[in-house]
Amino acid sequence: MDIRFQEVGYTYQKGTPFESKAIYDIDLSIKDGSFTSIVGHTGSGKSTVLQHLNALKKPTEGTVTIGDRVITNLSDNKGLKSLRKKVGIVFQFPEAQLFEETVGKDIAFGPKNFGATEEEGLEKARELLPLVGLDETFMERSPFDLSGGQMRRVAIAGVLALEPEVLVLDEPTAGLDPQGRKEIMIMFYNLYKNKGLTIILVTHQMDDVAAYSDHMIVLEKGTVMKEGHPREIFKEAGWLASMQLGVPSTVKFAHELEEKFQWTFESLPLTTDELAEQIIDRLPSNGGDLA
Amino acid sequence: MMDKLIFGRYIPGDSLIHRLDPRTKLLGAIWFIIIIFLANNWISYAALVIFVLTAVKLTQINPKFFINGVKPLIWLILFTVILQILFTSGQTIWLRFGPIVISQEGVLNGVFIFLRFVLIIFMSTILTLTTMPLSLTDAIEFLLRPFAAIRMPVHEIALMLSIALRFVPTLMDETEKIMNAQRARGIDFGEGNIYQQMKSIVPLLIPLFVSSFNRAEELATAMEARGYKGGEGRTKYRQLSWEGRDTAVMLAFAALSVVLFILRT
Repeated sequence: MDIRFQEVGYTYQKGTPFESKAIYDIDLSIKDGSFTSIVGHTGSGKSTVLQHLNALKKPTEGTVTIGDRVITNLSDNKGLKSLRKKVGIVFQFPEAQLFEETVGKDIAFGPKNFGATEEEGLEKARELLPLVGLDETFMERSPFDLSGGQMRRVAIAGVLALEPEVLVLDEPTAGLDPQGRKEIMIMFYNLYKNKGLTIILVTHQMDDVAAYSDHMIVLEKGTVMKEGHPREIFKEAGWLASMQLGVPSTVKFAHELEEKFQWTFESLPLTTDELAEQIIDRLPSNGGDLA
Repeated sequence: MMDKLIFGRYIPGDSLIHRLDPRTKLLGAIWFIIIIFLANNWISYAALVIFVLTAVKLTQINPKFFINGVKPLIWLILFTVILQILFTSGQTIWLRFGPIVISQEGVLNGVFIFLRFVLIIFMSTILTLTTMPLSLTDAIEFLLRPFAAIRMPVHEIALMLSIALRFVPTLMDETEKIMNAQRARGIDFGEGNIYQQMKSIVPLLIPLFVSSFNRAEELATAMEARGYKGGEGRTKYRQLSWEGRDTAVMLAFAALSVVLFILRT
């Protein structure tokens, strides 16, 4: 399902002295089956853009097209529910949305709202728990007895239970330990690779952007500054720094090699594997000096 | 939903009313609510209306905000007015329709009740629109101080009030976030029959309670970590100061009271 923004703007509390423009003139398109990363520092309008992706907010200006639904300021609220099933959002700190007595029931909550029976919902929960790295013994536990990381996984399962076609992730790994972060990102990547989900990731982790996404959008002060492949955008380290954004550690490492040994990288290495391969290619086969 | 919540919200400004001491405004508003019951004829209500409209004008705030303050209560007001019109007995009968009797006195009473409501709302809206909530708690703490003699925990009450006020916006943000998360999971807030609507509140309230309790504990730890140990010997960052204009406003209220005594019948 494609998502397209055309000259989208959103103003909070329009027509009052508290009026504030969160985003303006946003044009972007997210292709079906892509892994898109949205980056931008705090206050750049990421969260507002995110709430337009499944019509939680209607734009005050412009048009948002989600699949074949066109949403403008004037669209009515009918049938938005089916849209919310297609576009699942994992909000920042999603563990705040847990409320049921058991983990199983909480995961089943979404499917039940879309017409599934209690049994079907619980079945879905049993299927999903291993996918998010938990097991069936969690079904009957209270979500409030779990650790922060486990709660996060249950909340993510609660969104996956809707079987969305597009999955929107708002800093899904914030506050997790490095191991948990990696596991969760790999899980999302597998959903994208194996199940063909369209993924939209909002993040501050440039390493994640580089490692997983094939499309990147840079937001600043409420509008799109750049849109393109991460390999192109990460070439401009200086420009990114002026947006208060960094580059992934692989790119940083490559830049340091370029400076030290006057190397030039044909194609910017985005993952550690790519970086390692390019270094191997350059190493003298006889074991002599570099450069 | 949160976009529309204007009532009872501070609007920054630098008018005479904004600069008044919060104690003046609080006392004035309370005094006004007492003396409004002195008015009982056209001329005394006219005096009150002029007084309030002058105050509204002095705040330099768009009158729309004051009218918005009345809106949430309009049904309650109309209900009371209609009761007055229907059940006031009087000599001059305007309309008789079975058990329903509408008299001149009834209509007059209805209009007075309506004015009384609107004036009280306007006066308290002036107070909340022009006074920062924290200044207001300072004023309340000051005015409650005499009760410390009878062991009322005045400092604690003021602290509770300011913490409660401080967390209103936070709680509203939190509510909106959780509502969004649950809407994304297929809940329609404010749709369906009463039973469905009540059911849809549960996934909102439980997370809110959980996070409020967590937050309360974190706040208590943070306060203790910074050495808070109650009101004993604690000085204040915001000092209240009584100026000439405050005395002038109190005199205006006194004058209004005298005028009402003279005009009432």
